[in-house]
Amino acid sequence: MTQGQVQQRINLRTQGLACGRGDTPLATDLSLSVPAGSALLLRGPNGVGKSTLLLTLAGLLHPLSGSIVFEGADPEAGPFIHHCGHRNAVRSRLTVLQTLKFWADINGPGDLSLATALDRVGLGRTADLDAAYLSAGQERRLVLARLLVSPRPVWLLDEPGAALDAAGRDLLATLLADHIERGGLAVIATHDDIALPQTATLTLGDRA
Amino acid sequence: MSGFLGVLRRELRLSFAGGGEVLTLVLFFIIVGAIVPFAIGPDRALLASIAPGIIWIAAFLAMLLGLDRLFRPDREDGTLVLYRLADMSMASVVAAKVIAHWLTTALPLIIASPFLAMILAMDGPTFARTVVSLLLGTPALAAFGAFGAAITVAIRRGGLLAPILIAPLCVPVLIFGVGAIAPLGGPDQASSAMLFLAALSLMALALSPFAAALAIDWGEE
Amino acid sequence: MNLNGIDDTPKMSWWNRLAHPGQFLSWTRPLIWPLTAVSAALFLLGLWFAFFNSPADYQMGDTVRIMYVHVPTAWLSQFVYAAMAVSALGTLVWRHPLADVSMKAAAPLGAVFTAMALFTGSMWGRPTWGTFWEWDGRMTSTLILLFIYLGIIALWRAFDDQLRAARVVAVFTLVGAVNVPIIKFSVDWWSTLHQPASVFRADGPTMPGSLLTPLFVMFFAFTLLFVTLQLLAMHTEIRRRRLVTLERRAVRGETT
Repeated sequence: MTQGQVQQRINLRTQGLACGRGDTPLATDLSLSVPAGSALLLRGPNGVGKSTLLLTLAGLLHPLSGSIVFEGADPEAGPFIHHCGHRNAVRSRLTVLQTLKFWADINGPGDLSLATALDRVGLGRTADLDAAYLSAGQERRLVLARLLVSPRPVWLLDEPGAALDAAGRDLLATLLADHIERGGLAVIATHDDIALPQTATLTLGDRA
Repeated sequence: MSGFLGVLRRELRLSFAGGGEVLTLVLFFIIVGAIVPFAIGPDRALLASIAPGIIWIAAFLAMLLGLDRLFRPDREDGTLVLYRLADMSMASVVAAKVIAHWLTTALPLIIASPFLAMILAMDGPTFARTVVSLLLGTPALAAFGAFGAAITVAIRRGGLLAPILIAPLCVPVLIFGVGAIAPLGGPDQASSAMLFLAALSLMALALSPFAAALAIDWGEE
Repeated sequence: MNLNGIDDTPKMSWWNRLAHPGQFLSWTRPLIWPLTAVSAALFLLGLWFAFFNSPADYQMGDTVRIMYVHVPTAWLSQFVYAAMAVSALGTLVWRHPLADVSMKAAAPLGAVFTAMALFTGSMWGRPTWGTFWEWDGRMTSTLILLFIYLGIIALWRAFDDQLRAARVVAVFTLVGAVNVPIIKFSVDWWSTLHQPASVFRADGPTMPGSLLTPLFVMFFAFTLLFVTLQLLAMHTEIRRRRLVTLERRAVRGETT
């Protein structure tokens, strides 16, 4: 999404979706409905397919069968999905600010300035440090800054709170609440409890 | 455009900030060339006659060496996923990487080539033609190399496979590259070789980003 | 995914019946023995012609008879690559489910024919040129083609997931197809030693009929041999994928 655009209201609907790796199905027959302005929490034991489902929803993996529809998505408006996986895409030899600027460049800038975004996630003082010096929790916060700098209506987050401390998880909850309030939708795979309004829960793994 | 420049800027920073990688590649290039006299003897006439070929082979091998770091580190740290979701086409990403690859691999080699020319008994005019042929031909090597790296990025130990796959494709570049320097058929042959080389580079630069983008997307799904 | 481990969700109308692997197997199985028989007959005919009913070349003597194996295999080495390229298009553009099976089956066959062409060319060259190898245009291009085939085979084997490999290999095959003319052109530019093409020229073949007849018979024999082997290889590949799918399901505790 480019600067100044009104955020689209997108509803996610899947029909009979089966996802997996190669030809091995992991999660099958999923018919989800996540309207704009709400969140879906994915729960389940490790290996049950939460990450694979998020990758499939993001369009990074082919669904084995079934369909995924993002109603209300305007194809002309560019990519509308943010996906955060287990890896943070943070490299050494670049400063924190340079890393965030790179992400803003490739994702399209929004209204929020880089410095403000860094402050928002609590990394304001680390802007000119080599990104390799960040702790795991700080790297996760930097990833959250990436979500802020390039606004997109759909957030697919894979265990976003994994390395975060209590303050970090509060920050995550606040950012998610803001996102949902602005009409965005989020699908979050997590083992934690995230207090959010308008949240449904889907537990994978108790299916045949 | 800002995305393209962003990718280019990042690649250049990552290569030059540490400093070591570029110098290592240049050192490899020099060493490959310098080893040859140990293998075939220091006869100056002999060395001068095969010097163009040696320089081209050394450049080719050095560029092959740098291929694995084109896409594999990005795949491992999750940046490749970001590229696939970014507001720019994968082809633009690859194009920026090809240019950065050339700037950080081929250009340093060309700058270091006078040393190699000197120890391989190459004369002045021949060296001038060598530099021009390297300038015209190494972009094609960079483009083919990026394609090979893209094809093998999804393979776990694919680093050895990429050179094998692109070597046949690079044969014309070597043929015309050396042909442009030390033609047995005279200066007309040299200039036609230069033109073919330039055409090859332009074609490779134009097409390889798209082919590489397809290979990356399909290798990941 | 169905039993065969191949994505056979129907894409187009009558393609449908041809595209289902099980259907393909049952349709083509009755073809194999007839094809084998005709190939064998053509080979016998061609070899009889080659050895007993064609003259020796006035320059090269009896060694010209190697041509009856060398020329068809050389032609096949390129024809098989063309078949692979068409299969690659089928995989990428038309999304035909069996296209990647065809592409994978053709690669080793093409490599073997190319190697045979190089070997027979080398045998032919020894008495003619005096050496086992000359870096002339044709032989060099054929050698590079062999490297491309071997690279493609290595690429197939490097992937664990053959379905994901299919499209990546298809892209590489097509890029190779575009490059092969460029490689040939550059290699020819580089060398001018090989005997000029004496069979297919614009003003008609320059070889006398008595040499041409066995040559064409051998052409057909080899081409039919390729078709037979290709079908067999496709059958094997389909069965292999079925086996993998069954094994996976057995591991997960399912039946059928």
